[in-house]
Amino acid sequence: MITNFQIAYKNLLRKRIRSFLTIIGIALSSWVLVSLLGFNQGYEKALNKDVDNMGFQMMIMAKGCPYEAATLMLKGGTGLKYMQESIMKDIAKEPDVEKITPILMSAVFDPNKGESGGIAAYFGVEAKSYNEMKPFLKFRQGGWFVDENAFEVVMGFEAAELEQREVGDMILMPEKNVKFKVVGILNRTGTQDDGTIFAPLKTLQKIFNRPDEITTIGIKVKKGVDSSRLEDKLYKLPDIQIVSLQQVKDTIMKLISTAKIMVLSIAIIAILIAMVGVVNTILTSVWERMQEIGILKTIGAMPLDIFKLIWTETIILCTVGGILGVIFALILARVTDILIRTVLPYAPGGSLVLIDTKLVLITLGAIIFIGLLSGIYPAWRAGRIRPLEAIRGEVGK
Amino acid sequence: MKQNALSIETQNLTRVYRRGSEEIIAVNSISLTINKGDFVSIIGPSGSGKTTLINLLGCLDNPTSGKLVLGGRPIFGNSAKLSEHDLTKIRRETFGYIFQNFYLIPTLTVRENVMLPLTFYCKPGAQKNVDDSLQLLGMEHRKFHLPGQISGGEMQRVAIARAMVNMPEILLADEPTGNLDTKRSSEIIRILQDLSKQKGLTVIMVTHNLELAAHADRTIEMKDGLINTSINQDAVTAKSD
Repeated sequence: MITNFQIAYKNLLRKRIRSFLTIIGIALSSWVLVSLLGFNQGYEKALNKDVDNMGFQMMIMAKGCPYEAATLMLKGGTGLKYMQESIMKDIAKEPDVEKITPILMSAVFDPNKGESGGIAAYFGVEAKSYNEMKPFLKFRQGGWFVDENAFEVVMGFEAAELEQREVGDMILMPEKNVKFKVVGILNRTGTQDDGTIFAPLKTLQKIFNRPDEITTIGIKVKKGVDSSRLEDKLYKLPDIQIVSLQQVKDTIMKLISTAKIMVLSIAIIAILIAMVGVVNTILTSVWERMQEIGILKTIGAMPLDIFKLIWTETIILCTVGGILGVIFALILARVTDILIRTVLPYAPGGSLVLIDTKLVLITLGAIIFIGLLSGIYPAWRAGRIRPLEAIRGEVGK
Repeated sequence: MKQNALSIETQNLTRVYRRGSEEIIAVNSISLTINKGDFVSIIGPSGSGKTTLINLLGCLDNPTSGKLVLGGRPIFGNSAKLSEHDLTKIRRETFGYIFQNFYLIPTLTVRENVMLPLTFYCKPGAQKNVDDSLQLLGMEHRKFHLPGQISGGEMQRVAIARAMVNMPEILLADEPTGNLDTKRSSEIIRILQDLSKQKGLTVIMVTHNLELAAHADRTIEMKDGLINTSINQDAVTAKSD
């Protein structure tokens, strides 16, 4: 027996170009939808990874703008504020603090970076405490510097690639004209560390003439500790501000929400356009086949049979379009990633567009559901056609 | 393929169309009886009401007034007025329809066109009629062709096979040879005759061709919505000669 699906499928092949264009319309909206939802979960995951890979849950900085502090920590930058290193002793006394590490962030302009030069980020760290804070950092070559006053550096994966340095090579710090020996190169982490050059804290303090000064203190809180209680205690220290990483995440997510709303609006408009396209295609097809539908009713089709037949056509269009859109989204995820990065104020490392099976199934479900909604009116109209009027071509007159 | 024929009875069957303020009486108070197994032709000039009558008999159109009884079951008239849903059920269980323009689905093959009614309603044992019908009508060798790849006469054979597949009790043919040449027309009429004689099927055919009408057991002549009671089959045969 010939099935509804076969009849519907063969009918769609009758007007191939029209069916194809409708499918492309649906595919484009499906692509936008998958990419948007993929961005929603991918961005948050990448940001979480970035923040978690910092190794600490709380940062202490000299008093200033918290947004600047958050960006500074994640992206590196200028306009740094300094605090006395001695403050660490007071923080370390707190029983809720598990580990603590000082950082001196510094940035120099490197005229050889990129086409017109760029900022090179140098972090002054204590190898021992920094390594304890980030035990997941693995070395591709070499290891941490041993002497806290040595002119040695550990390079992040991308920094080493960019500078084309190996362990044992020398590297010149621009502006300061100081030479360092490369003693270690880190594996790729997919985070900010990849582009950073780490030098001994004491050495960097000397070079930048900031004796006993640091920009940041990373704090790892003991398990089960209420970090807000710790924050309250630490705020008693003078001229500091505390940025919890949850706060950083929330701040960035707030900044990003505007971009998300914009993309979501575009997706909704694309879906509405695709819906109108589906309604138009199916309705046109119904009007063109009026006599045929009349004949189908004459030979025994009930209104529900015709409704199902027309609905099947809609489902086929939407399913094929939806699958095609998902394929587009998967293949072009990298392009989407690059495009999104160009418009975002801050983009974490790793993939920003994360498309998984659950997301694919949700999107396909949504597209088919929208298709079913779009098909209701044409299918209902077709089901109501009276056979004799249809055969005579009197419908709609 | 075994058919159970049904009789048709009408009393004062009337169909009036309204075009603006004008009323057109297409069928005017017609009373007739068609016995089961009869092969009846309806003839008459254009606009005489023959197509309207066959549409009323086939439950494709609703009469303005009058009675229609199928095999003893009142369909229209007195208090009987069936819903569109019930009429569809009666149509698919009782009638096979053949039209002048064949109305085959162009995207489906000959075989798929014949099996199309079974998608919506399938009488027990009707499945095997698909190939039987095609064989009976000499279309088996064309079953995988599309309608666009066969001749008009062949298309009408396919339309007949489609009408027969669900073992109808009454076969209605509206100008089944209207688009065919003389040779193909004769072939189609012979097929309808065979179906009536061999399977005891009630066949009602509308035609304007007296020669073809002469093959029927009985002819009804219509003019201005009325039946010309004076005509008999011998006269039709004589006229066609």
